[in-house]
Amino acid sequence: MIDAILQPWPWYVSGPLIALVMLFLLLTGKNFGMSANLRTMCSIGGAGKVADFFKFDWKSQMWNLMVVTGAILGGFFASQFMSEDTAIDLNEKTIVALETAGFENPGEAYVPEEIYGWDAITSFKGLAILIIGGLLIGFGTRWAGGCTSGHAISGLSNLQLPSLIAVIGFFIGGIVMTFFILPYLL
Amino acid sequence: MKYLKFIAIGFIFGIIMYKSQAVSWFRIYEMFRFESFHMYGIIGSALMLGIAFVQIIKRKNIKNIYGEEIQFTPKAKSITRYLLGGGIFGLGWALAGACPGPMYVLVGAGAWSILIVLFGAIIGTFLYGLLRRKLPH
Repeated sequence: MIDAILQPWPWYVSGPLIALVMLFLLLTGKNFGMSANLRTMCSIGGAGKVADFFKFDWKSQMWNLMVVTGAILGGFFASQFMSEDTAIDLNEKTIVALETAGFENPGEAYVPEEIYGWDAITSFKGLAILIIGGLLIGFGTRWAGGCTSGHAISGLSNLQLPSLIAVIGFFIGGIVMTFFILPYLL
Repeated sequence: MKYLKFIAIGFIFGIIMYKSQAVSWFRIYEMFRFESFHMYGIIGSALMLGIAFVQIIKRKNIKNIYGEEIQFTPKAKSITRYLLGGGIFGLGWALAGACPGPMYVLVGAGAWSILIVLFGAIIGTFLYGLLRRKLPH
């Protein structure tokens, strides 16, 4: 049992547990969506002065920031006390593709040194990749009204057609980036 | 401590996301190349159970812990905003290899440079707020 916890969790354990997280939030009178907190942070920072979109009672959204605080603690706890080996067991084809792109040890850690390592983030290109990645995520998720949790899990669970369109959009963007843009960046 | 339960739910979420490796850039890259079932299995099984939960709540009229009806707000009807906004989000998801939830999990796991992505995401949200009226919805 302990060993099973320390090993990476298979999809058929992780997926149903994520559905339980959504259920817990519904039962506490909220909903499962991990991107709304970004808007709350803009409001707290005073963005309501320049755009109506940020004029709302952010105190009513405090629970949202509590959830992400918990997520930070959970990430710390799981990485410190619940993991033996943090290598990612990638498909052989994915490893070859990454090695061809110049990655040294694909899957050795959770995030690639080539994108998240010190050398990467202290270079202009590397810093630009992370900032632009963040900008696209923040801008896109608000325009679409939700991210993976809000649309792909919550919205689709409620059989919402808009969420299906959003998820199709996520995949169009993701495929374009992976096949047509990333090869020139990495 | 009315907020404690939300910290606890987030804590559980963070553990699941870390242990499932869904917070790994590599898993997202592999998913968009369609070379592994792992991420599809996670999202798919969460969704199957999620659909069942929502149906049970609606049919049995299950109340939340405060005894109130559980509200499901229908998403506003549109194609443009979901396709374009979703597409932009997808570009960022595949580039940074993280979506909003996993960003926080990675902060906790000590992948500090994810803070740059988080900073970008806050600025991106702010820019959306500024431009919202000029964008098609």
